[in-house]
Amino acid sequence: MRFPFKTTYEQDIRLFRDRTTAVWYGVLVGVVLALPVLLSRYYIGEITWVFIYGICGLSLMVLVGYTGLVSLGHAAFLGIGAYAHAYFLQLGVPWVASVAIAVVITTACGIVVGLPALRMTGIYLAIATLAFAVIIQEVFTRWEAVTGGFSGMAVDKPVIFGVRLADEASFYYLCAAVLAVTLLLTRNLLRSSTGRAWVAIRDSEIAAQSMGVQLPLYKSFAFGYSAALMGLAGALFAHKIAYLAPDIFSILFSIQLLLLVIVGGLGSLHGVVFGAIFVALLPPIIAILRDSIPATMASVASATGVGVIGTIGRGIGGFLKMPGVEAGIFGLILVLVILVEPAGMYGRWVKIRLFFSTFPMYKRDSFKRQKSYMRSERLR
Amino acid sequence: MTFFRAENLAINFGGIRAVDDVSFTVQKGEVFTIIGPNGAGKTTIFNLVSRIYDPSAGRLLFEGNDITATPPHRIAELGIARTFQNIELFEHATLLQNLLLARHVHRKTGFFSELLFLPSVQRMEVEHREAVEKVIEFLDLQQYRDALVVNLPYGVRKIAELARALCTDPKLLLLDEPSSGLNVEETDDMAFWIEDIKKLLGISVLMVEHDMKLVATVSDRVLALNYGRPLATGTPLEVQSHPEVIRAYLGG
Repeated sequence: MRFPFKTTYEQDIRLFRDRTTAVWYGVLVGVVLALPVLLSRYYIGEITWVFIYGICGLSLMVLVGYTGLVSLGHAAFLGIGAYAHAYFLQLGVPWVASVAIAVVITTACGIVVGLPALRMTGIYLAIATLAFAVIIQEVFTRWEAVTGGFSGMAVDKPVIFGVRLADEASFYYLCAAVLAVTLLLTRNLLRSSTGRAWVAIRDSEIAAQSMGVQLPLYKSFAFGYSAALMGLAGALFAHKIAYLAPDIFSILFSIQLLLLVIVGGLGSLHGVVFGAIFVALLPPIIAILRDSIPATMASVASATGVGVIGTIGRGIGGFLKMPGVEAGIFGLILVLVILVEPAGMYGRWVKIRLFFSTFPMYKRDSFKRQKSYMRSERLR
Repeated sequence: MTFFRAENLAINFGGIRAVDDVSFTVQKGEVFTIIGPNGAGKTTIFNLVSRIYDPSAGRLLFEGNDITATPPHRIAELGIARTFQNIELFEHATLLQNLLLARHVHRKTGFFSELLFLPSVQRMEVEHREAVEKVIEFLDLQQYRDALVVNLPYGVRKIAELARALCTDPKLLLLDEPSSGLNVEETDDMAFWIEDIKKLLGISVLMVEHDMKLVATVSDRVLALNYGRPLATGTPLEVQSHPEVIRAYLGG
C-alpha cells in the first residue's frame, strides 16, 4: 500500500495525487489516441458514442450527483443544443461560432428551467423538468421552419476552420478532446469554492445557507453549467447521428442518462466515464452476442454431437432479437446496481482497488455503513 | 454600541406564539446562554437570529446594524456562525471539504477563474487551507482530516461542526446544544473549548444548553425562557436560584 507523504498544501489541490496516478492517466490518453489505428471503423464509431455520452453524463452528474437536483428533462437540453447547432450551420455560421451560440442558448434555457428549482426539490423538480422536456419535444415537432418537424433535419460532417472532419477517426479525436476538456473544467470547479458549495447544497441546504452559500445563485450556476455541457454534447450528437428528428429527444433518453450516472456512481467523475462506457457499449455488445452466441453454440453442438446446445444457442439468439429486450436488460442492470452496489461502478472500482492495495489484509467491512438517524427533519 | 441585541423578538407559528417579546443583549467577549424546558423556544430564537425564520415582531441588531431583514446567507458574511442541534454537516464530503466550505464567505474568486483553476484560485485555496488548518489544530482534529463525515463517530461530528463554524472567522458564535449526545469527558472538553474560544480567539458565544454544569462553568450571563417568554436574566447562579425558573423546571 502506498502512503503519499504530504509536505505542502499545494499537493492536495493538484490534478493528480502523485506521479504514479499521472503516469496511469498518460497511459489512458495514449490508448485513446492509438485506438483508431488499431480498431475498425465500426468500433471507432461506437467508442465515439462513449465520449458523447460522457459529456451528457458529466452534465447530469454536476446536477444530480453533486448538487442533488434531479432532472428528468436533460434530453431536451441535448435537443436544443443539437437543433440550434444544426440550424446555425445551415445558415452558414462557422462551426465554432455555431457551437458557441448553441451552448449559450442551452445555458439560457437551463437557467430559466432552473428558476423553479430554486423552490423545488426531489420528485417535484423531477416532474417540473419532465414537463419541460415534453413541451420542448412538442416544440421540435411543431416549429417546422427551424427544426423541419417530423421530416427531420440532415446534419453534415463538421467543418472546423476549413478542415472537413469526414472520417470516423478525426471525429473520434474531436469528441475525445471535448470530453477531456469538459472533464478538466468540471474538475476545476469541483475542487474550488463553487464545487464545494454544490456539494453543500446536496448534503444540507440549511447548513449551506448558514455558511453563506447563496442557494438560488449556486443552484442557477449548476443548472446553467449543466445545460451548457448538454448543449455542447448536443452539437457533437447532431453530427454523430447525422439526422435529427424530434422523437430522438424523448423522456426515454433522459432516463437513459439518469441510468448512466447512477450505474456509473453518483458523485464521481470516474463514474461518468464508467457509466458512459456502459450505456454506449451495451447495445452494440448485445447486437454482437445476438449473432455470435447461436453461431458458436451451433459449432460446439456439431463438434460434440450434443444437439441440445445448438437449440439453446438458437433460443438465446431468438430472445436477444425480440423487441424491447435491450430496454429490459438496461432496467434489470439498473435494479441490480441499486440493490447490490448503490455507489455504482465507481464504488465497485474503489473496492477492487483497495483489495489489491491492501492485498492480504483486505477487510470486507471497510465499506459497511452504520445507519444513523441524526439529521434534523424539522427545518426542511 | 451594543455588540448584539434582540429587541422584543416574537414569532407566531399559526396560533402558537413560540417566542413572545424576548429581549436580550450579548456583550463583546462574553458567553451568553439561553436555558429553558423543552419547547421553550430556544432553538426558535437561534433560527430567528440566523434568519432562517422571519420574526413576527421585534428587531435584531448586530454591531449597530439592523439585521432583521438581512437574507440568511449574508449572516455568515457579517460574522455570525452557528452549529445545529442535530448536526447538519455535509455527510458525503470529507471533514476537510466541510471546513473549506466554511471559508465560502471569504472567497475572492469568480466562477470563470475557478473553471480554469487560475493561479489566483490556487493561491486562494492554499490561503483557505491555512486558515482551516489553524482550526484543525485548535480543536485537535488532525487525524480525521480526510475521513468522510458519514464515517465519523457522533462526538467527533459535534466537534467538527464547531470547527466548521469557527472556520468562517465569526465574531459571534451560536452554539445550539453543544453538549447534547456527548459523554461526560466530551462535555468537559467542550467546556474547555468554549472557554478557549472566548479567551484565546476573542469570539462571543450565544449558546443554548441543557447541561447545567456546563452552563454554570462557561456562561457569563444566562437567560431563562419558558413558553417563549423570558423568566429571568443574570449570572448562572442568580438564574438557577430564581423562584420562577425553579417553578418552570420542577412545577408547583
